[in-house]
Amino acid sequence: MKALKTIALHAALLIAAGLTAFPLFWMVSASFMPTGEAATFPPRLLPSQATLEHYQALFTRLNLGRAFFNSTAIALLSTAIALLFNSMAGYAFAKLRFGRRDQIFRLLLAVLVLPAQVAMLPLFLMLKEMGLVNTYWGVIIPMMASVFGIFLIRQFMLSIPTELLEAARVDGASEWSIYWKIVIPLSMPVLVTLAIFTFMASWNDFMWPLIVLTDNDRYTLPVSIANLVGEHVQDIELMMASSVVTVIPVLLLFLVLQRYYVAGIMVGSVKG
Amino acid sequence: MRSETRAALLFLTPALTVLTLFFLIPVGAAFFLSLTDFDIYAVADISNVRFVAFKNYAALLTTPIFWVALRNTLYFALIGGPLTVGLALVTAMMVNSKLARFRGLFRTVFFAPVVTTMVAVAIVFRYLFHTRFGMINFGLEAIGIPTVDWLGDPRWAMPAIIILAVWKNFGYTMIIFIAGLQSIPEELYEAARIDGAGWWSQFRRITIPLLAPTFVFVGIVTAIGYLQLFAEPYVMTPDGGPLDSTLSVVMLMYLQGFRWWSMGYAAAVAFLLFVVIGIATAIQLRLRKDLGE
Repeated sequence: MKALKTIALHAALLIAAGLTAFPLFWMVSASFMPTGEAATFPPRLLPSQATLEHYQALFTRLNLGRAFFNSTAIALLSTAIALLFNSMAGYAFAKLRFGRRDQIFRLLLAVLVLPAQVAMLPLFLMLKEMGLVNTYWGVIIPMMASVFGIFLIRQFMLSIPTELLEAARVDGASEWSIYWKIVIPLSMPVLVTLAIFTFMASWNDFMWPLIVLTDNDRYTLPVSIANLVGEHVQDIELMMASSVVTVIPVLLLFLVLQRYYVAGIMVGSVKG
Repeated sequence: MRSETRAALLFLTPALTVLTLFFLIPVGAAFFLSLTDFDIYAVADISNVRFVAFKNYAALLTTPIFWVALRNTLYFALIGGPLTVGLALVTAMMVNSKLARFRGLFRTVFFAPVVTTMVAVAIVFRYLFHTRFGMINFGLEAIGIPTVDWLGDPRWAMPAIIILAVWKNFGYTMIIFIAGLQSIPEELYEAARIDGAGWWSQFRRITIPLLAPTFVFVGIVTAIGYLQLFAEPYVMTPDGGPLDSTLSVVMLMYLQGFRWWSMGYAAAVAFLLFVVIGIATAIQLRLRKDLGE
């Protein structure tokens, strides 16, 4: 009976995992097929012979390397700034004593109910006035600080012993050096978590870059390939190669740093 | 001022300035924008703006297209949400089973779609759903189910988008359920088994009640996310899909605001979205209270 149950469970798990992985498997497989091979009946699982021609076309003729560079630069800059700003604010809410600290923090959490789309129209007009439409900064600015990031950092830093910081204060350390030399090194796990979240959010973001970037040369990967599919909808193999180029970096990042990513989801869900 | 207070002020300034200047003020401004006739002439010269009070809201609520977008969005959230949460619970229980081996590997596979780029996988699914060459119709035919014109038929375009969304998102909810399941003490199940409770009554009387707070959390998070549907239809079924069957509220806001530059009108759409999300959240919090939390 138990053996039968075990077999049934693993059969169900294998089928579910196979169905889940299939779209990503087919994306990779079709990206290596010669032109036209993904549009045949019956559909093919594997390329008759693997070719790199679509990747070559993307990075030469279609200049997708430019979008790859834009995405990377924007994601790295967003991540660096968000780490600094959110960790500073999270530290203040966790460890520095000041009037109405917890009320201000609760007020900040209430901001989470506001959907980002509501801010987009005025923000666009604002950035237009500031001359930041169609620039990296236009994309980066809304990512520089987040309530979720501040919350994540604060929850972690609450567990740092206050005596440690007091001792440093007695020894005459400045507030900045307490933060930079004691708190930050102790907070590496949560900083890695926040870094992955910010990097992925920036890399995968679509609606805001679509709005604020108007020029092909500035497009990030998602905007660029959404544009590409309009012109090359028949070129299935080419479009699959462009999807691979977009998805693989974040997928690899996740596989390597999975533990930190899952830890972040857990912190986010306990407050509910 | 105490030195700690001064330090706190310095540490808070960058993040709070960004949030105020680039989020809170725009949200407030959006409300004023929704009370004006801000359009393409105003984008060129701001002096063309006129105050119109609630005319945009009145216009919206009497235009069929808004109700179409709202109906589509609710359809997506009300069907896609429960499917996502249900599949997440089933996979979480399978992965968490004591009989299961290679749990880490299965968990990683189920979670992988969550981190992928929505635009990229929407393009992949656009081809998987292809009527003639797509793998999905091929698979359906193989097991004897009639095939459909997924993205071209107004009845099937939204279900196709729901399938993509469930595939992309269930892993996130599954991770949260796994943590919830692991926090249930094993002794409860043992006691129930000694009392002769079967699998189903253990599930109904122990697992479900003890997961109730988790259900509320994932319900709210999923609803908020799904009501903001945008990238999936933008890529899979451009311009609202067949007979506007995949036009969502956020898509309507985007088209009105950033394609036709009717920004006052679009701001009213955004605020109505906010109201809908608020109502959805309130209903679920209320349900939690009624369930005796």
